[in-house]
Amino acid sequence: MTQLALVIDLNVCVGCHACVTSCKQWNTSGSAGPLTDLEPYGKDPNGAFFNRVQTFEVGEYPNTQTVHFPKSCLHCEDPPCVPVCPTGASYKRVSDGIVLVDYDKCIGCKYCSWACPYGAREVDPGRRVMTKCTLCVDRIYDPALAEAERKPACVMACPTSARLFGDIHDPESEVSRAIRDSAGYALMPEWGTHPANHYLPRRKTPMRMHEDELVRFDNPLKIDAALPKPPKSDPSLDDVMSW
Amino acid sequence: MRPDASVLLLTTLIGVGQGLFLALATVQLYALGRLLPEPDAHTFYAHGSLLALVFLAGGLVASFFHLGRPERAWRSATMWRTSWLSREVIVLPAMMSVVVLYGVAHLVAWKPVLAVLPSGLAIDATVALGVVGTVLAFALFLCTAMIYACLPFLREWATPLTVANYTLLGGASGFTLAAAFSAWTAPELTRFLAGWAFVLTLAGMASRVASLYRNHRLKPRSTLQTAIGIKHPRIVQTSAGFMGGSFNTHEFFHGRPHSALRSVKWVFLLAAFAIPLALLALGGSTGSAPLLVAAFIVQYAGLLAERWFFFAQANHPQNLYYQAVA
Ligand code: SF4
Ligand code: SF4
Repeated sequence: MTQLALVIDLNVCVGCHACVTSCKQWNTSGSAGPLTDLEPYGKDPNGAFFNRVQTFEVGEYPNTQTVHFPKSCLHCEDPPCVPVCPTGASYKRVSDGIVLVDYDKCIGCKYCSWACPYGAREVDPGRRVMTKCTLCVDRIYDPALAEAERKPACVMACPTSARLFGDIHDPESEVSRAIRDSAGYALMPEWGTHPANHYLPRRKTPMRMHEDELVRFDNPLKIDAALPKPPKSDPSLDDVMSW
Repeated sequence: MRPDASVLLLTTLIGVGQGLFLALATVQLYALGRLLPEPDAHTFYAHGSLLALVFLAGGLVASFFHLGRPERAWRSATMWRTSWLSREVIVLPAMMSVVVLYGVAHLVAWKPVLAVLPSGLAIDATVALGVVGTVLAFALFLCTAMIYACLPFLREWATPLTVANYTLLGGASGFTLAAAFSAWTAPELTRFLAGWAFVLTLAGMASRVASLYRNHRLKPRSTLQTAIGIKHPRIVQTSAGFMGGSFNTHEFFHGRPHSALRSVKWVFLLAAFAIPLALLALGGSTGSAPLLVAAFIVQYAGLLAERWFFFAQANHPQNLYYQAVA
């Protein structure tokens, strides 16, 4: 079994919204039709997005952290949004675990959006059907794209590599390793939806010391001791000139 | 959640239709057992069925305004194995067709005897249709209520009390209408129907107050901490990521101050229960048609307020992600 998913590293995300814009760009230009914005330049714009980056402040000044939090459909392994759909337009693919909406079957009853605790589904105000993240199902299998580009548009766009993409059922995949090694967690575990997307928590960035930072590898006398003091008259570009 | 006019109308109108049909079937069963005088089939059962059909059809029409793509509505009957909404979509037209058959059978006096009970009671086709319609009416109450009660994270809805409320409130409004209707068509039944309407309204009030009490004590299970997975008592959203409108900011918020919710609650407690109870008691004992009609109108308006409150009170966990604009 395959379960494709995103793993989002909150430690790395800088809240630049590059994933939001590239998601919108890709998904508004595909064969499924535009991802509509009503009055985009008017007083009260209104539109559908698959991915939104929200910002939270954690803690009290001076001990605060700003957390940028990208959120899209989590492709739950036990998705509550699927069984409630009266038309069968919402479904979860057995082959790769992606939760999709068939735009030609959806009647726009909005029931599935009520059944998603994460607010991941949005009605397209133009097409009047339910829309949501597809994990760029029209990119990731496209043989016309170079192998390295068969990834969701948001992953390609992220300048800090905060978004990883892969199969969380393969224990050796990059995403499974990241979840294991960096304590990846799921959102709102209390509802038993088993989201496939995981988040990597904020964590202290440890200072990494390498051997050559402690022991001078360019020590010509191979003696680990205090360096001979250069005469006062020498120029003081220390590392370069200190012999 | 944002109360949508089409859903308020759908749930209240079909509730009246179902309740009215249940009232007709109840009268027929009582009359069959010679506990009530047999009313005139033409005016009482046939016209009563027509009235019930009007309410059911009104609800069906209203429901189309809820859909983004009403022209594809037929597709919604396909997933009855998993979806309560799909089941409702099947049971509602089924119920409507039985109501039509029931009314027509009474109208043309099509009453072939299907079986004779050991006690000598003859079960004719209209009785059988009445029983089938009764089963469908209860099935429809169950489907409508389960659409809401089956969503575990809408905790205000996820309780058996939701099913009790939909059934009792629909039944109460239908019997109130039946009492008013009988004041013209079968005055000898008015006392009986007003009595049942009174009892059902009382029972509906009890279960609705019980659910108000339950919901008042609910503690949210999802919090900002579980929503973004960060363990800290103080988390404040500073930006939802956009400043324009979106589905998430429109569909899930009722957008009224908390005080509005409180006043609507008192309005519906008065209009759906207290005032109709008084009018039913008065109208039932005097057999006054205007009083009973007033009881129905006030109660229906009260039920619209009740439904508004039902939606507005439900707090969707997705709202945790939309606490701040910017
Ligand atoms: S995040 Fe919401 S829309 Fe996506 S699979 Fe889970 S429940 Fe369904
Ligand atoms: S809005 Fe569309 S996808 Fe969602 S439950 Fe209704 S028919 Fe299914």
